[in-house]
Amino acid sequence: MSTTAIQPVPFGRRLKRFMADRPLIPLIILLVILVVILQILRPGIVNERWIANTIKFAIPLAILAGCQTMTMLTGGIDLSVGTVATMSAFIMATQVVNQDPAVAFLLAMMPAVLIGLVNGIGVGVFRVHPLIMTLGTSLIGTGCLQVYQRTVIASGAKIPDVLAWLGTGLTYGVPNALLLFVPLAALIVFTLSRTGFGRLLYAVGDNERATRLSGVQYWQVITALYVISSVLAGITGLLYIGLIKAPSLSLAEPLVLPSVAAAVIGGTSIFGGRGGYTGTIIGALILTVLTTLLTILQMPEGARRILFGLIVLFVTAAYLRIVEER
Amino acid sequence: MSYFLRRQGWVFGLFVLFVALFIVTRLIQPAYGSGDFGSLVRAVLPYAFAVAAQTVVVIAGGIDLSVAAMMALTSVTAASMMAGASEEYALFVVPFVLAIGLVLGAVNGMLIVVTRVPDIVVTLATLFVLQGAALLVLDAPGGAGAEWLKALISGTVPVPGLPDGIDAWLPKALLLLIVCVCIIWIPLRRSRLGLSIYAIGSSELAAFRSGVPVARTRIIAYALSGLFAAFGGLALTMSTGIGAPIPGPYLLASVAAVVLGGVALGGGKGGLLGPIVAVFVLRLVRTDLTLLAIDPNVTAIIEGAIMVAVVMFGAFITMRGRQS
Repeated sequence: MSTTAIQPVPFGRRLKRFMADRPLIPLIILLVILVVILQILRPGIVNERWIANTIKFAIPLAILAGCQTMTMLTGGIDLSVGTVATMSAFIMATQVVNQDPAVAFLLAMMPAVLIGLVNGIGVGVFRVHPLIMTLGTSLIGTGCLQVYQRTVIASGAKIPDVLAWLGTGLTYGVPNALLLFVPLAALIVFTLSRTGFGRLLYAVGDNERATRLSGVQYWQVITALYVISSVLAGITGLLYIGLIKAPSLSLAEPLVLPSVAAAVIGGTSIFGGRGGYTGTIIGALILTVLTTLLTILQMPEGARRILFGLIVLFVTAAYLRIVEER
Repeated sequence: MSYFLRRQGWVFGLFVLFVALFIVTRLIQPAYGSGDFGSLVRAVLPYAFAVAAQTVVVIAGGIDLSVAAMMALTSVTAASMMAGASEEYALFVVPFVLAIGLVLGAVNGMLIVVTRVPDIVVTLATLFVLQGAALLVLDAPGGAGAEWLKALISGTVPVPGLPDGIDAWLPKALLLLIVCVCIIWIPLRRSRLGLSIYAIGSSELAAFRSGVPVARTRIIAYALSGLFAAFGGLALTMSTGIGAPIPGPYLLASVAAVVLGGVALGGGKGGLLGPIVAVFVLRLVRTDLTLLAIDPNVTAIIEGAIMVAVVMFGAFITMRGRQS
């Protein structure tokens, strides 16, 4: 900052540069502004219980957005996360009725691994566009789930106590879901910034050809990535069923598009090579607070969706402006 | 001939596939006749327009996630305006709804050009906006369609001098589809604008350096997509007689058919004929599976598997072609 002393830079410019260097700060400011608006509109709403509730609902979205962040870093996208999450949740809830919880857990994670593997092979080996590949597998997954539903329709469903505790429980006012999320988020952040695999993801997204020429097995990286993404989605499904407590065939489907939005708002480039997970977490929090805000305004459903779309677009555009003009 | 085959090989293959599937259908259900073909075309109509909307944008190197929502909005607008109104009033409604589609599509394009946000995110945002608008117009399925509009796609085209046997295989819906698509697509394809659309899809930088107005062309491509989506919305109202604010599965189907139809998802390649034939193939597969009395849920699995397999196969072929 010694240069500023010699040559005074206008405050606005300096502020902008400061924000561009630390892309998280404008996001946090936006989050705070949203919370303040909420507090003004409905004084007293922002209390301990509300915060705990917001975090509880933001966590599944944040994990799914983590899948999007990692796949987007390589220039891909994973639209099958909603189906995978729904499948593992539904299978868990129906299998736990007459199986041991551990067996049910393994059964529930099986389709996640399988779909991730198919996605990875399709994208990595056959070079199918990730958007198409993951849409296709999610279509197949939904079909399989519907067929599966008819075979277990008689057995009923129940939510294992562990998942309900994890999904909705509070310990000293802190949501239990954080027990799962904090290590998971730390692991993702650590993987992306400190390990070879994380660096490979950035490298593949930045310049695939150069990465390939420097001896990286592209298909191995991509296959591993999509399997990890699917497994994360499966875990999210288990968490989400503990939160919602009503298994249905479209359980996590409404989270898919917001998860893409959360990653983009968080500053991850959809073309690959740029971004990180901390921004995504804040993006997920912003979207969750925004949803509460729109619910509180008591608008018709249609107007709420319009506002949601406009705000997502506006935030992304503004954010790109701030970050790109270095 | 070999030149034609090389250029149109994929589309030709799809045609062969369609004919083969048709023969299979006749084998499964010998009674499958012209009436069933007519209802197939009617079912295909909204899908075909959705696919046309997606194709134009994909050729220009983009993607439009808001196609289905746009169809829902135009459909409910048309249905709610025509409800309780006179038959002549519908003459005014149709161009109005088409204009809405054109303008909203252009807005999509302008947002992409002005904000510089990736197209997939912009159209994702407009998907929410359009869906919301559709819910504001009609919050539950309702409204009505004018009788003459509905008559436009039911029945067959009476061609004088043709025996009834052949005449029966020419449903009005097919004629409507061909006319609407040709009126827009053929002049476009032959014009400078059409060339520009292919150019920006093929390489935006090269197009820019050769003096193609990239921003304007992109906006026009999205506007055309909106127009086709509005046709799709009208087709929905025509075939169901009402408007439904919750969009059907047209987004996924349109992307699938675009890829099946030989249009590269990077842009710059392919035409409109391939995707539309692909839609017919996909629908006929569904009909066949229904005729075979297969559980509709299994049908969804098979459809998805076909889509994934074909896309993998296509990608594999392109990869081979690039290596050799």
